[in-house]
Amino acid sequence: MKSIFNYITGIFKGVWTLLKGMSVTGKYFIRLDKIVTQKYPENRKKLKMYDRFKGEVIMPHDAGNYHRCTGCGICELNCPNGSIEVLTDKITTTEGKSKRILDKYIYHLSMCTFCGLCVKTCPSTAIAFSQEFEHAVFDRQKLTKVLNKQGSSLVKDIAE
Amino acid sequence: MSEEKKVIVELNENPEYIINMGPQHPSTHGVLRFEVSLQGEMVKHLIPHCGYVHRGIEKMCESLTYPQVIHLTDRLDYLSAHMNNEAVSLCVENALEIEVPERVKYIRSILSELNRIASHQLWWSAFGMDLGGLTCFFYGLRDREKILDIFEESFGSRLLHSFIVPGGLMHDIHPNFKKGITDFIKYFRKKLPEYNRFLTGNVIFQARTKGLGILSKEDAINYGITGPSGRASGFSCDIRKVEPYSAYPYVDFKEILYNEGDTFYRYVARMDEMVESMNILEQLIDKMPDGNEYTSKMKPVIKLPEGEYYQRVETARGELGVYIVSDGNKTPYRLKLRTPNFSNLFIMNKLASGYKIADLVAISGSLDLVIPDIDR
Repeated sequence: MKSIFNYITGIFKGVWTLLKGMSVTGKYFIRLDKIVTQKYPENRKKLKMYDRFKGEVIMPHDAGNYHRCTGCGICELNCPNGSIEVLTDKITTTEGKSKRILDKYIYHLSMCTFCGLCVKTCPSTAIAFSQEFEHAVFDRQKLTKVLNKQGSSLVKDIAE
Repeated sequence: MSEEKKVIVELNENPEYIINMGPQHPSTHGVLRFEVSLQGEMVKHLIPHCGYVHRGIEKMCESLTYPQVIHLTDRLDYLSAHMNNEAVSLCVENALEIEVPERVKYIRSILSELNRIASHQLWWSAFGMDLGGLTCFFYGLRDREKILDIFEESFGSRLLHSFIVPGGLMHDIHPNFKKGITDFIKYFRKKLPEYNRFLTGNVIFQARTKGLGILSKEDAINYGITGPSGRASGFSCDIRKVEPYSAYPYVDFKEILYNEGDTFYRYVARMDEMVESMNILEQLIDKMPDGNEYTSKMKPVIKLPEGEYYQRVETARGELGVYIVSDGNKTPYRLKLRTPNFSNLFIMNKLASGYKIADLVAISGSLDLVIPDIDR
């Protein structure tokens, strides 16, 4: 007798807990203003990442095509994955001193883990993170980038 | 006798049937293989096979400097990245006998607790989904998004932060950080009862979890089951209480302990821990000193003095121990990690044998295994 009673109360209890759970889902089904989902590819123009977002490493250039990289190679030394290669040239200045300048700043995005050690340790704040996050490409070669622009040179105040 | 008949005879003589669960099974949440021997529907014996995402992190650490090691520890238990970073950082600081600023200690503890809540939210979502409640997955991730936004605003990344470094923090927190957390606590205190109404009280959920996979206190201690899974069996193993680090000595909180030790109480222990984490967060936010110091003075090249150092912290899944042997160079001679999931995994045979194969999903879900942490 007791088992039959338990069986029947069990059914009602089960239905009651299901309804209780459904009340939560039902609430969100009706309340359309509580939707948090973003329509990603459509909202691309409005979508703004946070300022500190670590997208990819870039080298900011100013209006006169000047960058701030001295080619010291500290970022290359600090990178745990070898995703940065700094190639430098030796030139002789007008005063007759030999000097090291940046030739190519090669950045392998495919190897980068975005730990931020390069940006943190850079003594002349030459590199920074951009807000770009759509990294997908069809060709792997495109992930190896040269960060310093064609014909750019070191900004004057660091060079002196 | 033909080949086909031989197989049939063998099967009849040996009714044990062996199947592989994984390595690509949705409920193992990663590449983990259980070799399950079945008798009918009952699990007779279970052998876990790990190593599918072995990356050799311990060996890789031997060729990296201490600041570089940090970014690899993120990738152990990726859901408690801050705690993993903190473990290595604390170990290095102990070795160098550096005292970090008070503010840094508070921020570190705040980050750990936030990360713990985020991790438990994801676990709740996935556990509900494993047991057939797909809606849990959406609700859990919706609330976790709030924490990830706080993380993204301050550190620029959502999952793998590499933010806590030896000597302090990578950079200062965002001005909106405090407000974001108080807003989140206000929001999540309203949402947590919804979780309970939705899943905890559900009769199907209770029938599938209560009285399953009972872990005794003795087994928990013998197998080294730490974290909420161990505490649900009455094993008092909270490192925040046993060996307080960072800002935990300054806050008042209680350790969640239950004696039942079944799948349902492992669930309840985690739900209660989320409430407790919010209590800790509120206290830490009030007490956090103002200012902008985020690191103590460190040498550009960190070299540990010769010797052996050990530090343990409480991650979202249990005790993480970092053991560094240094020979005085800028790289560690050996770095051993005692990860919580590796210990927690090997209780599976004891817990699951004798139950049905459908219960195996519930039991392995309640242990909250993260596979890259097992294989490392």
